[in-house]
Amino acid sequence: MAGMTGILQTKRNQMIALAVLGVLLFILPFAAGALGQAWVRILNITLLYVMLALGLNVVVGVAGLLDLGYVAFYAVGAYTWSLLASAHFDLHYPFWILLPLGAFLAALAGLLLGTPVLKLRGDYLAIVTLGFGEIVRILMNNFDKVGLPWSDETYNITNGPRGITGIDGLNFFGFKISKGLELFGLQITPLQLYYFVFLAFTILSIIGVSRLQHSRIGRAWQALREDEIAAKAMGINTRNVKLAAFAFGALTGGLAGGLFASMQGFVSPESFGLLESVMILAMVVLGGMGHIPGVILGAVLLSAMPEVIRYAADENMQQKIFGIVLIAPEVLRNLIFSLAMILIMLFKPAGLWPSPEKK
Amino acid sequence: MDVLLQQIVNGLVVGSVYALVALGYTMVYGILQLINFAHGEIVMIGGLTSLFAAKGLLAMGAPPLLALLVAILAAMIACAIVGVLIERIAYRPLRNAPRLAPLITAIGVSILLQQLAILVFGRNYFSFPELISKAPIVFGPITVTLNEIVILLTSFGLMAALLWLVHNTKVGTAMRATAENQKVAGLMGIDINKIIAITFAIGSGLGAIAGVMVASNYGQAHYYMGFMLGLKAFTAAVMGGIGNLWGAMVGGLILGLVENVGLIFVRGDYKDIFAFVVLVLVLIFRPQGLVGERVAERA
Repeated sequence: MAGMTGILQTKRNQMIALAVLGVLLFILPFAAGALGQAWVRILNITLLYVMLALGLNVVVGVAGLLDLGYVAFYAVGAYTWSLLASAHFDLHYPFWILLPLGAFLAALAGLLLGTPVLKLRGDYLAIVTLGFGEIVRILMNNFDKVGLPWSDETYNITNGPRGITGIDGLNFFGFKISKGLELFGLQITPLQLYYFVFLAFTILSIIGVSRLQHSRIGRAWQALREDEIAAKAMGINTRNVKLAAFAFGALTGGLAGGLFASMQGFVSPESFGLLESVMILAMVVLGGMGHIPGVILGAVLLSAMPEVIRYAADENMQQKIFGIVLIAPEVLRNLIFSLAMILIMLFKPAGLWPSPEKK
Repeated sequence: MDVLLQQIVNGLVVGSVYALVALGYTMVYGILQLINFAHGEIVMIGGLTSLFAAKGLLAMGAPPLLALLVAILAAMIACAIVGVLIERIAYRPLRNAPRLAPLITAIGVSILLQQLAILVFGRNYFSFPELISKAPIVFGPITVTLNEIVILLTSFGLMAALLWLVHNTKVGTAMRATAENQKVAGLMGIDINKIIAITFAIGSGLGAIAGVMVASNYGQAHYYMGFMLGLKAFTAAVMGGIGNLWGAMVGGLILGLVENVGLIFVRGDYKDIFAFVVLVLVLIFRPQGLVGERVAERA
């Protein structure tokens, strides 16, 4: 990595690297599309994970608040979109209302979570956020029959474990993304269009997060992470700064949630379990906490790795090598995945690409 | 009223199992300040190992009581070995690493153990043989089974034994010293690595027994059984004040009681929410947990 950073010292080389990256990112969905649309979907999900990991990184990596229930904000965004743009209530609001609304509600949930836990530190905070995530998931599971104590009538709000189907896709002022697009004879599938939308939002988040990290509040977050008491002594209002970290992380998660619902067309509580929160946390820590390129690397690695292993370790491959199917592919995939997690941490405790200044 | 009494009894039984598992979390936390995410899987391994050992022994014609005792022993040995191995391989190299690194390996180990359990035992729900009678015994308004009574008594016995061990033996003193200050304990001639390994072995052994209890009480074991149980037990440990043995016991019992008594007022679907809401409330008013002492903030 040292050699690479060396090359990237000059402005000119940086511009060239950026241009190459841009071209690669542009070609990627078409290359993946040649392999099959399923691969484009994997790309899109990876982009969502990058956004999620960036959001969680603000809370965990920059501000040092361990959050094990981050997926709850993703869920708030996804359900906001699903309830207000689907056949479930027969509401069909446009994206420019729903995406900000989902992000806003998620941020509100972040404040709601943040306020009572301000006094808690370290691992106490972790378990409360974990509990919060579980509460949100259980509520989604059970809000298909919400009743009032004084009447027997129940209302179906979230459709429970069956989830919500028939969710509207993205519509840009009359242009339906689900129809695909033909541009200069080039056929662009809906999933590829989603890719570009997600990419735009991801780049936006990267710029937003990195600007924020180097701003006044970003420095306050880092001070909070390094030493809360000293930060307080320096005149930082730790309460507001903590709440801001929660709210901003939640906002990013809510945005990603809305995008997820629009592409998937279906959401259910199953997608928002504890394991999902843990996965996003693992992306942040494995990549390199507090360091944006590291976090992106972690997110790409952890979300793409299972899919690649799934492809590489399928039954045919085992059949060819060993003559029989030794291990169910699903089990093998999780085995390799968990082993990789352990090994990376053992050999790179600070993450694969930690921030240089921490040395 | 009768319902309340019955739910209190049920709550005590479940709570005593939570307490045993919570002790495993809190002992490790007390010494390493590490959330041992894989502890729930230790409980699962205990449940599955004892199940297959008991079935094998019964098939060979052993009497149920002997089968049970040998099965418990097998589970304890298996879990102690796994626990010590996990510490040696996944946690010890990271003792001076950034704090979240061992947490991630713990999560990795947790997933790994689940997958290994699928490989070794399979994905099915296995039924646990009825080694202690589960015929209902009626005491006035309360109905219990012999199995439940044994669980309750065993848990309390084990908790008392652990407290005795920690407070009245040389090993226990060394454990407390290590928890207080590893460096100084090392200077006093305590073999830190050995003490930490012993802590893991004891915690895992208790987890193994809890696994046997859960498997026998619900009559089944499954590779995923440790997950929710571990989560609840960890919640209990935090509620009581993590790192504190009394806290884990009190927290476990209270969580079991709250969950089961709460069932009278709240629909069963919301049972898990209830536990977490109580946790949040407790921590708002007592951020250090029910029994935990307020630790001075270090600059």
